[in-house]
Amino acid sequence: MNDLIGVVDWSRAQFALTAMYHWLFVPLTIGLSVIVAIMETLYVRTGQARWKGITKFWMTLFGINFACGVATGLILEFEFGTNWSNYSWFVGDIFGAPLAIEGIVAFFMEATFVAVMFFGWNKVSKRFHLAATWLTALGVSISALWILVANAWMQNPVGMTFDPEQMRNVMTDFWSVALNSVAINKFFHAVFSGWTLAGVFVIGVSSWLLWRKRNEEAAKSSMIIGSWVGLAGLLLTLWTGHGSAVEVSKVQPMKLAAMEGLYRGNIGQGLVGVALLDHSANPLDGDEPMAFSIDIPKGLSYLIYGTGDRFVPGIIDILEGREINAQGDTVNTVSYADRIAIGKRAQQSLRDYETARRANDTAAMATAAEAVAKDFKYFGYGYLKSPEAAIPPVGLTFYSFRIMVIAGGYLLVLFLVMVFISYRKPKYLEKAWLHWAGMISIAVVWVCSQAGWVLAEVGRQPWVVQDLMPTNAAISDIPASSVQLTFWIFAFLFTALLIAEISIMLRYISSASKKNIEQTA
Amino acid sequence: MSQKQIYVFFAKWINLYVDGFKNMTIGKSLWAIIILKLIIMFAILKIFFFPNILSENYDNDDQRATAVRNILINRE
Repeated sequence: MNDLIGVVDWSRAQFALTAMYHWLFVPLTIGLSVIVAIMETLYVRTGQARWKGITKFWMTLFGINFACGVATGLILEFEFGTNWSNYSWFVGDIFGAPLAIEGIVAFFMEATFVAVMFFGWNKVSKRFHLAATWLTALGVSISALWILVANAWMQNPVGMTFDPEQMRNVMTDFWSVALNSVAINKFFHAVFSGWTLAGVFVIGVSSWLLWRKRNEEAAKSSMIIGSWVGLAGLLLTLWTGHGSAVEVSKVQPMKLAAMEGLYRGNIGQGLVGVALLDHSANPLDGDEPMAFSIDIPKGLSYLIYGTGDRFVPGIIDILEGREINAQGDTVNTVSYADRIAIGKRAQQSLRDYETARRANDTAAMATAAEAVAKDFKYFGYGYLKSPEAAIPPVGLTFYSFRIMVIAGGYLLVLFLVMVFISYRKPKYLEKAWLHWAGMISIAVVWVCSQAGWVLAEVGRQPWVVQDLMPTNAAISDIPASSVQLTFWIFAFLFTALLIAEISIMLRYISSASKKNIEQTA
Repeated sequence: MSQKQIYVFFAKWINLYVDGFKNMTIGKSLWAIIILKLIIMFAILKIFFFPNILSENYDNDDQRATAVRNILINRE
């Protein structure tokens, strides 16, 4: 049992490590591809050669990031087959189909048009080259779409039926999976956050150029585009983030409660603005969870339901199956204790199925399969020791949400200031404080982006597939020591890759900026 | 499209890649990183550290399904 916990924890840590490193590269690829395409469009539309030089400068940085990041996501698939074999079998073609589409369509689309982007200057027409650049940007986003469709299915499993004979979920409705409401919000949220991140990256690098007084005109032009793309990206990220939160309230209310550190919900529930959790308190026993808190009255109810007089359940309410409907009536839903009982009953039905299968008793198999299907909605709860085991790590979920929101607020101010200064007060573009703000913001936006994923993934614990499979059921029977070993191998490899990327980028920015970027066309 | 036109199209296409690779500057380091990364991933990590447990231990899908069923009905 201890080894199982060890394997689960190390495998989770390993998956988190590889996913977070992977996500260092991906959003920059998504966002920078769009920025490069906009710059090239300006070149084609205006005919000014300086835009070609500027496009090539940023396209090279895109290429460095693309080369370092490409294929890092495949490691996650290795982990599915080794560490999470029960899970990868259980999800069946539902996970396999989107990933296969991603691999075939998007990868080949990217591979073809990336080659034209980098090798095709002066070999194909301007317009064909521009089309290739835009199609690369589109291909990158399509890649993200299918990965996020697969991820969204884990957060909101729809469009499938469980087959106890195959022991896997069989897709019954592709469009329900592809157009899963969680997937749509998640996709746009992730893509627009990539625009935001790349906008800050362009502002940060341009700030460095201005600080070193190199290629100042190119830096100013780039900064304007970075600021506009970043601002548009951030506003759309806020909008889709709100949509995501509404979806979370419907399909993962426990995650929403953990995000807010909310244990007992209220009608007209406030939104926690600034707060510190009291780690010595035991809120499940009635202690106040916050050491300090400033709330926005009725804010959470308003954000989720668009009205301030609705009830938002807290962790204890959800565990107890207590809800208050729009009419103000208390409604009892299925408590977590009951869900565990139903989950265990589903497991017993599966045992009966296996027994009947061994006896070749088809009638008993059909009866058992029917019983599994009846209780399958709560199948995963059967692996939980207690209702409390379904509570995600509240501290990490709560603080990662706040870090994301605070960093996002800072970035909104940054973009507005940069846009304003670029047009109205260009003399401030010479100020060192502005340059430093731009450069430091590169770190802020990556922290913001990572915090978003920590929130999404930690907040759904203990579930690998919401309500159907917790981490302790998904894990393979392998020794913890082997996962520890590969954890450290990955930590070393990815760190080396990151150092390589940063050093190649810095070397390139430094050397390219010594020449006239606008004349390197 | 005549056969000759198809031939010219593919010749140009291949030339695009050949010329592109020949004239790379920073791209050579990047290709070195990509190739090294893929070798480490597929020739070392995948083979020695990341076997697909169900594919390696069982011969067919029926056996794999039974194995997973037995694990999931016995795991607590």
